[in-house]
Amino acid sequence: MRNFALPVAAALALAVAQPAASQELTGTLKKIKDTGTITLGHRDTSIPFSYYDDQQRVVGYAMDICMRIVDAVKAELKLQKLDVKLNPVTSATRIPLMANGTIDLECGSTTNNLERQKQVAFTITHFVTANRYVAKKAANINKLADLKGKTVVSTSGTTNIKWLTEENQKQNLGMNIIPAKDHGEAFLMVESGRAAAFFMDDILLYSLVANSRNPSEWVVGSEAYTVEPYGIMLRRDDPAFKKVVDNAVTQLYKSGQINAIYEKWFQKPVPPKGVNLNVPMSAQFKKVVANPTDSGDPAAYQ
Amino acid sequence: MKYNWNWGIFWQPAADGSGTWLHYLLVGVVWTLGTALAAWLIALAAGSVLGVMRTTPSKWAVRFGNAYVEFFRNVPLLVQMFLWFFVLPELLPTAIGDWIKQMPPPWSAYLPAVLCLGFYTAARVAEQVRAGIQSLPRGQMMAGTAVGFTLPQAYRYVILPQAYRIILPPLTSEFLNIIKNSSIALTIGLLELTARARAMSEFTFQVFEAFTAATVLYLLINIVVVFGMRWVERRLAVPGLIAVGGAPQAGH
Repeated sequence: MRNFALPVAAALALAVAQPAASQELTGTLKKIKDTGTITLGHRDTSIPFSYYDDQQRVVGYAMDICMRIVDAVKAELKLQKLDVKLNPVTSATRIPLMANGTIDLECGSTTNNLERQKQVAFTITHFVTANRYVAKKAANINKLADLKGKTVVSTSGTTNIKWLTEENQKQNLGMNIIPAKDHGEAFLMVESGRAAAFFMDDILLYSLVANSRNPSEWVVGSEAYTVEPYGIMLRRDDPAFKKVVDNAVTQLYKSGQINAIYEKWFQKPVPPKGVNLNVPMSAQFKKVVANPTDSGDPAAYQ
Repeated sequence: MKYNWNWGIFWQPAADGSGTWLHYLLVGVVWTLGTALAAWLIALAAGSVLGVMRTTPSKWAVRFGNAYVEFFRNVPLLVQMFLWFFVLPELLPTAIGDWIKQMPPPWSAYLPAVLCLGFYTAARVAEQVRAGIQSLPRGQMMAGTAVGFTLPQAYRYVILPQAYRIILPPLTSEFLNIIKNSSIALTIGLLELTARARAMSEFTFQVFEAFTAATVLYLLINIVVVFGMRWVERRLAVPGLIAVGGAPQAGH
């Protein structure tokens, strides 16, 4: 009952707080009102953010948050019924599909940074991750300097490989950096001995280790190198829609409901394999929950 | 469409600090060409041998050639790339496998990519060489052996010079294919043109600019190849010969 009553109360509070929506609707809000449909872009294997479970349903932490946003949009537009369409996206298709109006929100694990904000907008950060490495315990790697002259891997086109390339030059580490096609393949490169370590967002590393054949043979480095805020993506230059979305997420944080959602996906067994990632809320994300921000500048999260 | 076009992005510094994004993509062109050309040498050499084998009187040679062609052209290229990169080093003796795995990048990806593309395209070249040889009238081989040529000599001086001229146009297509297929090497971490266009769109979110540039670059490369091969065709043309492959001429 509690779970049901709270979102309604939150939605009502939101609706009351809004000044009478007498102005003409524009942009995404107008599109949603006219079509009675909102389309969410989702990922297929981004566990536990947005993925298909064992029954081919789209689930995840970011999906739960997006559904709250959908409720808020429905209340804002005073719609009786709002259809939710799901549209799978990949890292390559998310921008074109957002730009051409196919999807209205991208619910996944997309890093919010200033360069990307030239193309799209992000709502309040919904997760803060850090760049770390995963290696085999047997390799006895404890710090970055231990990787000097070794071959390491990261996923191509990520902020992680960009940082790695820069740091390699700056610290003169002489690492050979391989770009892998996706996270699974990068992990396989370490598993098969092609690379000594894989640099990636720590939450994805925890998930890869938890789902691997033998989780006990892996170790994730203790040092966090960069801060990566994840955000739900929406179209740029649409302040009316962004305001509704931002308010919905802020409300979720202020009301404390985020804690239950967070616990559900990061501290309890999640489908498809029933693995518990066991990742408590980081200090950086606790700060965001206390003071919601949509900043794409890593310095804002230190 | 709500997209923030920014064609000036090509003159902005690339994420890896090596220069501008345009330079970043052009380095990709060099890797694409380097991969495709090296693989083409393998494809042409191995494909010719296999194609000839499939037309010889030796049953075993024919069977081997057929088995090779059916295996390599029926397994998806993407899967083959994966096998060469991940599975082959595990099948070899540990010392050699480790040596391959420890090769510094990008060579650790370049070598499997070249081998994979080369042996895959060889199957297709072999099929064309066989078709070219079999399109010749049987009398050609008979005439060759009748004037005292051994079997290798008959192939060398009578059959192959005609067969290659006939199959030049489809070989051009294969050459164009190998250039485009080299993009599959991005799955094993080779930063060729498509991989770099993808990386650029990930870093900058200027997806359309990145892939437009890649499209134009592929188009330019392939136009150069097409004109180059036309020139080769003209250089090698023997008046009245090419028609031989098409229709049986009068008096035969």
